[in-house]
Amino acid sequence: MAIEDDVLVVGGGLAGITAAIAGAREGATVRLVSATKSTLRQASGLIDVLGYLPDGTGPVVDPFDAVADLPEGHPYERAGPDALADGLALFDDLAGDHYRGSHTDRNALVPTTGGTVKPTARYPATVEPGLASREEATLLVGFEGTTDFEPSLAATHLDAAGVPFEVRAATVSFPDVTAEDATATRFAHLLDEDPGVRDRLAERVKPHLAGESRVGFPAVLGQEGPESVRTSLAEALGASVFEIPTGPPSVPGLRLENLLHDALADEGVRVEQGNPVVDFDATEDRVETVTVDRVGNRVPYAADQYVLATGGLVGGGVEADREQVSEPVFDCHVPHPADRYEWFEDDAFGEHAFARFGVDVDAQLRPLAADGTTEYENLRAAGAVLGGADFAAEKSGSGVSLATGFAAGRRAATELIHTELRQ
Amino acid sequence: MASSTSVVVIGGGSTGTGIARDLTMRGLDVTLVERGTLTDGTTGRMHGLLHSGGRYAVSDQKSARECIEENRVLRDIASHCVEETGGLFAKLPDDGEDYFEEKLQGCRDCDIPAEVLSGDEARKLEPFLSEDVEKAIYVPDGAVDPFRLCVANAADAQERGARIETHAEVTDLLVEDDEVVGVEVRHESGPGTHTHGTSGTTEELRADYVVNAAGAWTGEIGAMAGLDVEVRPSKGVMTIMNVRQVDTVVNRCRPKGDADIVVPHETTAILGTTDEEVSDPDDYPEEQWEVDLVIDELAKLLPILREARTIRSFWGVRPLYEPPDVASEDPTDITRDFFLLDHAERDGLDGLTTIVGGKFTTYRMMAETVADHVCEKFGVRASCATADVPLPGSDDFDVLRDYMDEFGLRSPIGRRSVQRLGSRADEVLTTDEPNPVVCECEAVTRAELRDAIDDSGSDLNAVRLRTRASMGNCQGGFCCHRMANELAPDYDEPVAREALDDLYQERWKGQRHALWGQQLSQAMLNHALHATTMNRDGDPARTGEAVAFDAFDGGSPDGD
Ligand SMILES: Cc1cc2nc3c(=O)[nH]c(=O)nc-3n(C[C@H](O)[C@H](O)[C@H](O)COP(=O)(O)OP(=O)(O)OC[C@H]3O[C@@H](n4cnc5c(N)ncnc54)[C@H](O)[C@@H]3O)c2cc1C
Ligand SMILES: Cc1cc2nc3c(=O)[nH]c(=O)nc-3n(C[C@H](O)[C@H](O)[C@H](O)COP(=O)(O)OP(=O)(O)OC[C@H]3O[C@@H](n4cnc5c(N)ncnc54)[C@H](O)[C@@H]3O)c2cc1C
Repeated sequence: MAIEDDVLVVGGGLAGITAAIAGAREGATVRLVSATKSTLRQASGLIDVLGYLPDGTGPVVDPFDAVADLPEGHPYERAGPDALADGLALFDDLAGDHYRGSHTDRNALVPTTGGTVKPTARYPATVEPGLASREEATLLVGFEGTTDFEPSLAATHLDAAGVPFEVRAATVSFPDVTAEDATATRFAHLLDEDPGVRDRLAERVKPHLAGESRVGFPAVLGQEGPESVRTSLAEALGASVFEIPTGPPSVPGLRLENLLHDALADEGVRVEQGNPVVDFDATEDRVETVTVDRVGNRVPYAADQYVLATGGLVGGGVEADREQVSEPVFDCHVPHPADRYEWFEDDAFGEHAFARFGVDVDAQLRPLAADGTTEYENLRAAGAVLGGADFAAEKSGSGVSLATGFAAGRRAATELIHTELRQ
Repeated sequence: MASSTSVVVIGGGSTGTGIARDLTMRGLDVTLVERGTLTDGTTGRMHGLLHSGGRYAVSDQKSARECIEENRVLRDIASHCVEETGGLFAKLPDDGEDYFEEKLQGCRDCDIPAEVLSGDEARKLEPFLSEDVEKAIYVPDGAVDPFRLCVANAADAQERGARIETHAEVTDLLVEDDEVVGVEVRHESGPGTHTHGTSGTTEELRADYVVNAAGAWTGEIGAMAGLDVEVRPSKGVMTIMNVRQVDTVVNRCRPKGDADIVVPHETTAILGTTDEEVSDPDDYPEEQWEVDLVIDELAKLLPILREARTIRSFWGVRPLYEPPDVASEDPTDITRDFFLLDHAERDGLDGLTTIVGGKFTTYRMMAETVADHVCEKFGVRASCATADVPLPGSDDFDVLRDYMDEFGLRSPIGRRSVQRLGSRADEVLTTDEPNPVVCECEAVTRAELRDAIDDSGSDLNAVRLRTRASMGNCQGGFCCHRMANELAPDYDEPVAREALDDLYQERWKGQRHALWGQQLSQAMLNHALHATTMNRDGDPARTGEAVAFDAFDGGSPDGD
């Protein structure tokens, strides 16, 4: 007996979560099956929408304007004109006060650990005081015994990037840690648990302050309660305090993941994590069931509508061997050059074909076969499994996942209501 | 020896640095010139096999004898560069029984210890060996780190007074009255350059004698004096796997052939190789079929390789030489022996000798032959001591394993650092400062990186070669920027930024030939990290375009 739902979402990243919640809000029963944890914990926690045009122009001030002009085939174009605004509205609703940026259509520029600035549309509240458009003298603080963030280089680099404020740097030793456990998550945990650590950290930073009105730390200011950590530090320092997003393991990414998982539970989505979809059954034009591998046990799951949100090359939604590129769950067509040596450019930041690998979809977000026909009428795709955009170069990763996830999830649920009415 | 003979050695590979060490130990005044960094040529692009000689035991017994002799010497003088892995010649059903017997006999003839193992015994040693392997011959092959060995030779020569000039390309040979009297070099800048000249300038280095040890480029050097040096460069591919599937060198037991060796190297295994003649050692195609071939062929011996993850592929060119009258059609037929060409005898031009051919394993013997020759010319009576005097870092190797406890490092990190550093581990790793791991894949700590930076300057590619940082699974995605961070405070931000860009680009270059499967996924993750999280591609400091900061969002009105 197959387990039955209205909508089955395959993949638990930002796109899958958005699709599941959008579907549930339309009244459908939704199940989300995901092989592993999402890539959110690897990501910075920022919600980029569009920072650069496909030709590299940028940073873009108003991403909403720019999105309207994207070429046919770009995921934003496929998702339809309102999808981005709808997806972001859903996100804003879920994230509440933890995220900022919804007061304007303009991008914000966030300082990075390397001292560049990055255009983004939504940012954690902990990041807000550090925005590069604020003309406030800044002190960057790094910790001894860590390797990801060197504040002196970041400060000089920000200066070279032309930021409109003075930046200085200081390095302090983090209270109560030994060399072995100097990790971001350890710092965050200590700050969460022990107010004494916050005081001691502030004491160590204070002598370095020379009138700066804001102090930036790498993003380790508490896993559970960043607001309270930030408030204590700010009070002790007499300056506002902000976080600079880091690479994996990313504390803001983990916070976002937790926030979204709570939301899934609240919205009544059934979530199964840890088991991959390994097979499916279909008629000519409809997916009938998918098979989930539960530690060697093959269990069929049936649904009326399916959403494919398995991510790109990182998430596992797109795979390549030496000969070809494929989508492993439903074996949807993934366009790619036949010659493996055309998958990339020689310049490390060139216009790599591989960065755009993914399925092509119709205007309903349904994957297209090689001959341009719809693969299955009840299968939609969302997020990084879609081809046609280099989200890393454009800085559009989360935005694309929100827009296409929202559109795919809602369409799946409304389609379902239509089929039910027809029957 | 005040008024000593001066010699210029061209080429900073194993041969050139070996010659520089030998001549310096014998009291000559040596200047070594290398157009790039040390190991920039074939030495930095070889398979890492310390031959036992088994490979040549049937076809070329002279080479085989030289190999086993030098194999023993290097275990002795350079134990920190050698891993005594042992090697197998494994026989598959298609490989001839007669050849197996010839190989065994050949090893015995050449004094190479050889032992026959049954298929099951061989699989006990290497569990991933195919069920099809019928039997194998066990020989003392080893794994050798060419970067460390070459650097150790150069360092020793320098400590003894030699001048080592990198980023100094020979642009001409100075010829006066049928005699080579020196070289003209162009100094290039490069971060961390060991140079005594100013970048962009040329310098004439006059010398009593010039040794051409430019490997596959010896022909180009010869041509500067109108000489014909018939070097026949032949390229070969090597593919690095993400894990070390074997702990023993695995060879296929059949007559010469492509794609028949797997060499364990630190945490990886390297597959190789091919053999194709090329016309220009600086510009030859790196072809996909070569990578496919090594994987497909070697998977017959080790089926696990078929699905295993590769990290990257790289190519090298062999400096093969054959006397003009031989004219082999197939490069695999060209001898692996080395040749000393005295151009006075051969071409009537005094002051110049070329050394060409040979193998990495026999570099010391080649150097000894050259040094003997030069000393004889100048009546220097000192004899060769390079086979007896250990290279820096190699004494006390066994004791060094205990260092890991002393430094309180996690065991694989301590062990690997100590292996890399040899007897310098104590000096390098003893620090009061926090010593975090910077490169997790290869377990390289801050202290080791800082030590390498002290020596190589801000050239992070040189630092990478010394320490192996950024050469593991993630191909630098997670650590290139951390390595650049270690340049502060000695170097300022623009230098660190450029060094990061160079290193990242260099790492990218190598991965391109392995971009499928897990490695493509890793490449996308690295791209996301460096382009998305760090926005290095859109960096205003890089693009040079001014940003209108005030046009962007400065935060919400009710925010803090
Ligand atoms: C290093 C990094 C940094 C990033 N930084 C940013 C940033 O700064 N700003 C930004 O906006 N975006 C960023 N992104 C992008 C963003 O985090 C997401 O990766 C992107 O939005 C794609 O999300 P997704 O849901 O489509 O895919 P993913 O997040 O990749 O999720 C795919 C999910 O599908 C599951 N899955 C795959 N195959 C199967 C299967 N067969 N069965 C069941 N489940 C399966 C996986 O386990 C995973 O949970 C970054 C990404 C990375 C990797
Ligand atoms: C694919 C492959 C695999 C191999 N595997 C093994 C193995 O497993 N075991 C083994 O023992 N041997 C192996 N070899 C052979 C071995 O690598 C070489 O024989 C050895 O490294 C040659 O060293 P070299 O110093 O003679 O040449 P190189 O290392 O090439 O040194 C010559 C140097 O001269 C420099 N140069 C060139 N032109 C100029 C100029 N105009 N001015 C200044 N400098 C200049 C170059 O930059 C270069 O650094 C392999 C070779 C190849 C190609």
